[in-house]
Amino acid sequence: MCQDCGCGDPEIVPVEVHERLLSANDRVAHHNRAHFVEHGVLALNLMGSPGSGKTATLEAMARAPGANRKLAAVSGDLATDHDAQRLRAAGIPAATITTGSACHLDAEMVHKALHDFELDGLDLFVIENVGNLVCPAIYDLGQALNVVALSVTEGEDKPLKYPVIFRNADAVLLTKIDLLPHLGVSIRNFDDAIARVMPQPRVFPVSARTGEGLDRWLQWLDEKRIRADL
Amino acid sequence: MHEYSIVSSLLERVGAEARAHNAIAVHRLTVRIGAAAGVDPDLLSKAYQMFREGTLCAGAELCVQRVEEQWACPECGRTIARGEILRCGQCAMPARLVSGDEIILEQIEMEVP
Ligand SMILES: Nc1nc2c(ncn2[C@@H]2O[C@H](COP(=O)(O)OP(=O)(O)OP(=O)(O)O)[C@@H](O)[C@H]2O)c(=O)[nH]1
Ligand SMILES: [Mg+2]
Ligand SMILES: [Zn+2]
Ligand SMILES: [Zn+2]
Ligand SMILES: [Zn+2]
Repeated sequence: MCQDCGCGDPEIVPVEVHERLLSANDRVAHHNRAHFVEHGVLALNLMGSPGSGKTATLEAMARAPGANRKLAAVSGDLATDHDAQRLRAAGIPAATITTGSACHLDAEMVHKALHDFELDGLDLFVIENVGNLVCPAIYDLGQALNVVALSVTEGEDKPLKYPVIFRNADAVLLTKIDLLPHLGVSIRNFDDAIARVMPQPRVFPVSARTGEGLDRWLQWLDEKRIRADL
Repeated sequence: MHEYSIVSSLLERVGAEARAHNAIAVHRLTVRIGAAAGVDPDLLSKAYQMFREGTLCAGAELCVQRVEEQWACPECGRTIARGEILRCGQCAMPARLVSGDEIILEQIEMEVP
């Protein structure tokens, strides 16, 4: 490099950035959050493996006695519209976010979908993420709460194998507990695994089939909603 | 495989920074990735090798600094090993992640006129 004559040789400079790599997503998530807060809607990012019972739990919530909560949902799906169809059939206004090859939702996809919804008058807006225990974990969507649906059929060690998604969760829905008698697994073992990856474990064992446990889960959501409203 | 979408955010960010500095080329990128961040450094590097073609970063090395996962009690500071119950045995406080969730672009070395 030319030191002396000022002839304009290029030089190599270090530029310090020190910024989160997902800061562009974070900014859109922040904007989504402002939408939810403005309308007093509690937004849920519902994650979990494929088939863990995310849609079934929402259907059951719509059926639950005393269900006076106004609920709407978007479902991330690689290819189909099935989940949104099921939700609409259950009386929940719902749309699909078709992700194509993307294995997770990001804040931009949610923002696009959001503007198709009338948020006024809603209590709860559920974002059903793409079935995947890895990729959705690190994308903020603007939700107030991260929830992971983990079905008892998946195995007691899943929290230990996919720690990031559980660490970032506010609650775990332990689903399909009507199947426990057939499986030889125990809720205690799930609780133990979850306590090793989640500093403040909060687990709601539920069955969408029988409705068991939904009351505690819904009560918790109502408490969160009231707090968000204040 | 969200490593691909992370790399495209990385290239976008670096491109914007390089344009702002009128850079001719980028020589090296330094990122910090925590062991508990949910990003696989090897997959990240592979995705980077693929996507940098045809960008300002085509000749730029990606340097990944790994950060260890560390948990501690926020009250007494006792470290809690990964895999243990994440609650302090003494204070009963929930453990706090001290480090390990970083996904950070630290530095860009670029060539400017
Ligand atoms: N026995 C039993 N089966 C359930 C329960 N909840 C869901 N299932 C079944 O599990 C399967 C998957 O349920 P879904 O609700 O489609 O799961 P999902 O997580 O929405 O699936 P994806 O969106 O495709 O990832 C279906 O066959 C459901 O009938 C439950 O509480 N008990
Ligand atoms: Mg579903
Ligand atoms: Zn908007
Ligand atoms: Zn992925
Ligand atoms: Zn302590």
